[in-house]
Amino acid sequence: MSGLMEAAFYVAAVVAVVSTILAITRLVAVHALLYLIVSFLGVAVVFYTMGAPLVATLEVIIYAGAILVLFLFVVMMMNLGTRDRERERQWLSGAAWLGPAILSAILLAEVIYLIVSGSTSGAIAANIGPKEVAFALYGPYMIGVELASMLLLGAVVGATHLSKAEARP
Amino acid sequence: MLGLLWLVPAIPFASALVLAVARLPRKVVAWLAVASIAASTVISLLITYSFLHTPPTGNAYTQVLWRWLDVSGFHPDIALYLDPLSLIFMVVVAFVSFLIHLYSTEFMIGDDGYARFFAYMNLFVASMLTLVLANNLLLLYLGWEGVGLCSYLLIGFWYRDPVNGRAGRKAFIVTRVGDTSFVIGLFLLFQQLGTLNIQDLMRVAPESWHVGSGVAVAVAFLLLGGAVGKSAQLPLQTWLPDAMAGPTPVSALIHAATMVTAGVYLIARTHVLYALAPSAQFAVAVIGAATLLLAGFSALTQHDLKRVLAYSTISQIGYMFLALGVGAWPAAVFHFMTHAFFKGLLFLGAGIIIQALHEEHDIFRMGGLWKRLPVTFWTFLIAGCSLAGLPLITAGAFSKDWILWGAASASQGSTGLWVAALIGVLLTSLYTFRMIFLVFFGESHTPVTKKPGAAMLIPCIVLAFLSIAGGYIRIPFAHFLEEVLPWTTRVAAAVPLSETASATAAGLVFLLGLVFAWFFILRRPSLAKSLATNPAGAALHRFWFSDWAMDWLYERIFVRPVLWIAQIGKGDVIDGSYDGLAILTQGGWRALRSTQSGKLRWYAAAIAGGTIVLIAVVLFL
Amino acid sequence: MNAVPMSDGLILGGILFALGLAGLLMRRNLLLILVSIEVMLNGAGVAFVAAGSRWAQPDGQIMFLFILAAAAAEVSVALALLVRYYRMRGTLDADTARGLGE
Repeated sequence: MSGLMEAAFYVAAVVAVVSTILAITRLVAVHALLYLIVSFLGVAVVFYTMGAPLVATLEVIIYAGAILVLFLFVVMMMNLGTRDRERERQWLSGAAWLGPAILSAILLAEVIYLIVSGSTSGAIAANIGPKEVAFALYGPYMIGVELASMLLLGAVVGATHLSKAEARP
Repeated sequence: MLGLLWLVPAIPFASALVLAVARLPRKVVAWLAVASIAASTVISLLITYSFLHTPPTGNAYTQVLWRWLDVSGFHPDIALYLDPLSLIFMVVVAFVSFLIHLYSTEFMIGDDGYARFFAYMNLFVASMLTLVLANNLLLLYLGWEGVGLCSYLLIGFWYRDPVNGRAGRKAFIVTRVGDTSFVIGLFLLFQQLGTLNIQDLMRVAPESWHVGSGVAVAVAFLLLGGAVGKSAQLPLQTWLPDAMAGPTPVSALIHAATMVTAGVYLIARTHVLYALAPSAQFAVAVIGAATLLLAGFSALTQHDLKRVLAYSTISQIGYMFLALGVGAWPAAVFHFMTHAFFKGLLFLGAGIIIQALHEEHDIFRMGGLWKRLPVTFWTFLIAGCSLAGLPLITAGAFSKDWILWGAASASQGSTGLWVAALIGVLLTSLYTFRMIFLVFFGESHTPVTKKPGAAMLIPCIVLAFLSIAGGYIRIPFAHFLEEVLPWTTRVAAAVPLSETASATAAGLVFLLGLVFAWFFILRRPSLAKSLATNPAGAALHRFWFSDWAMDWLYERIFVRPVLWIAQIGKGDVIDGSYDGLAILTQGGWRALRSTQSGKLRWYAAAIAGGTIVLIAVVLFL
Repeated sequence: MNAVPMSDGLILGGILFALGLAGLLMRRNLLLILVSIEVMLNGAGVAFVAAGSRWAQPDGQIMFLFILAAAAAEVSVALALLVRYYRMRGTLDADTARGLGE
C-alpha cells in the first residue's frame, strides 16, 4: 500500500512538472491553460499522497475549476487567432528563453542545495483530514479567515469596478 | 526692586522673538516694539532709583539666573552684574533706545520691512543690555556678537541694493578682525587665570601678574583689538562711514549712541588689566588721539550729511579712548553719556532733514532750512553746539573739558595728548559748524517735501534737553563712579596747567573754529572753494575725503591678495575631490536610472536576481 | 503508511516555483505571465503542505488555503485589469506597458 502511494507521488510529480513545462512554453493560450489544468491535477494527486485530502480536493475544485475557468473566459473574450500564435513564436524565438532559464536554474539549484543540506530529513507519514484542518482554521486561525474574507470582498469590489468603469469613456 | 534686573534685557528679547515670528499689523508692531523698550527703560529707572536710595552691599548687585555650562572647571553663569558703571550704561542705552524706537515708528512707517526692522532693533537692544550687564566675559561676548549681528542685519536692512549688503558685510568682516583678537584674549585670560568672571578676574589679575608683565600686556592688547574693531578706531575704523547705508535710526542708535561705545565699556570694565599693562594703556591713548584727529580731518571734507556724522562719531569715540588711555576713566564714561545724547540727536535730526528733502544726503544741496524746519533746526543746533563744545552751557563741553583736563593731569596724561585733544576741539568745531551752516543757512537748494510728526520731534526735544542738562551732573556723576573707576592723577607738579586754563583754552579754540567756519562757509565761500581747488588743497581734500586712503590701502594689502589666493585655490586637489564626488554621484545616478526601464519583466528578473544573491550570501558566507 | 521523504516534496515545490519564475521572465504575453504566477503560488503551496504533513500539523494546509484565497483575489483583479488593458491597447504585450519607465 505504502509503496503504491509512494509510486503515485512520484508519477504525479513527474506529470505535474512535465505539464507545467509544456504549459509555460505553449504558443496558444488555450493549450497552455489545458496543460496547466493537468499540472494542477497532478499537484492535487501529490497533495493526496502527502496525506492532505482536503487540500487536494480544493486544488481540483478551485484551482483547476474556478480559477482556470476564469482564465478560459478571458481567453475567449480576447478573441485570439493565428496572428497571435505567430507573434508568440516570434517573442519566444532566439535566446529569449535563455536568460530566464539560467536564472531559474540557479535559483532552483540553490533551493535544492538548501533542502538537501538542511535538516529536512524524515518522511511524510501523517494523514491530516478535513476535520483537523477545520478545527485549526476556525480556531486559532479565525482572524486569518476574516482577513481572507475581507481580501476577497475587496477583490470582488475591485474587479467589479474595473470592468464597470470601462463603460464610461 | 533689583531683582527685576533680568527683565531689562529679557523684555526686548521676548518682543524681538514675537516680532520676528508673528505677523502683526503695523500699529501693533509699533506699540509692541516701543512698549517693550519703554518697559525696559522704566524698570531700569526704578532700579536706578532703588540703587541710589539703598545701595546694595559692596555697591554692586549680582543676579545669577542659571548656570550656562559646566565643563571641567569652566562654568560661566548666565548672570547679571550691576554696579555704577553698568548701571550708567544700562540706563543710557535703554533710554536712548526708547527715544529712537519712538522716532522710528514714524520714520519707518512707509517701509515694507516694518516688523523686521523692529525685530532687529529689539534684538539689538536686548543684546546691548546683555553686553553691559554681563557678569562674565563670555556672556559679554555673547552680547558683543549679538550687537554685531544686529548691526550687520540693520546696515544691510534695505538688502535689495547690493551696495547696502556690501556695507553690511564690510562692517561684519572688519569688526570680526577685532572680535577674533578679543576672543583670543578671552582664551588667554581663562588659560592664565582659570575664570572669566569679571569681578574675579579684576581681583585675581593684580595678585598673579606684576605691572608690565608680558601676559598682562598681551591680554590688554588683545582686548584692545576687540574694542578697536567694535568702536571703529584706528586702524579698523573703515567700516563705520559705510555703515551709514542703514536706515538713519539705526545709525543713531547703533552706530552713534550705543554699540560703537561697547569698546569703551569693555576697556572701562577691565581697566584693572590696563593698569597692569601701562604700554597697552598708552596705546589706547595714542589710538584715541590719532583717531580723533584723523577722523576730524576726514569729517571736514565729506559731502554726505550722515558721513560727516559718522566721522564725527569716530572722532568722539577717539576722545573716549584718549580718556581711557590716560586713566581718566570717569571722563570717558561721562563723554559716552553726553555723546549718546547729542550724537543720537544729530542723527535723528539728519534723518528728519534727509526725509524732508526727499532722500537728499548732500549737504551742499541743502541750505536755508532753519525757517522751514524750525524745531529740527533748534534741536540740531543745540546738539551741534554740544558736539563742538559750547562752553559752560552744553553737556558736550563739560565732558570734553573733563577729557582735556584728564589728558593733561591724569596718571598717563601728557602735554602732547592734551594738544592733540585741543586740535581735535578745533576740528570738531569747524566741521560741526560747516555742516550746520551749509544745511540750515544760505540759499535753499532743495524743496522740503515732508514735515516731521510728533513721534519724530519729541525724541529730538528730549535729547536736546539732555544735551544741555546732562552736563550739570558731572560732579555727582564722578562721585557715583568713584569706587568703580577711580580717577588717577599725576603728581601735581608735573601738570603744566590748571583745569580752568584747560577749559578756557578749549572754549577759545571752539570760538576759533566757529569763526573759521562762519568765515569760510557764509562770509567767503569762494575762498573755501579756491582753497579746495588749488593742486595741493585738492590733493589733501581727496586724501581726507577718502579717509586717508585707508580703504584703498586695505583693498591692496588684504582684500586683493585674499581674492587672488582664493582664485588659485579654486582648482586645487581638495576641491577636485569634491568635484569628483559630484561626478561619481552623477555617474551612479545615470547607472541607476537605466534600471528604471519600465519593463515589467526586468523588474521581476531583478527581484529574482536579488533573491539568488541573498540566498547565496546566506549559504556561502 | 506512506513514506515519501519530505525533501522530495519540497524539491517538487521548488521545481514548480522555478518553472513558474522561468515562465514569468520568458513570456511577454500578460496572460501567460499570470499563468506563471499561478504556477509559482502552487509551488509554494506544495512546500507548505509537505512540511505540514511532515510534522503532522494542519497548519501547512491552512497556509495553502490562505494562498488559495490570495490567488483567487489576485487573479480576479488581475484579469479585470488585463481585459481593460487589452481593450485600451489592443495587445497583451507586457513590454509595451512602460508608463513607469523614466
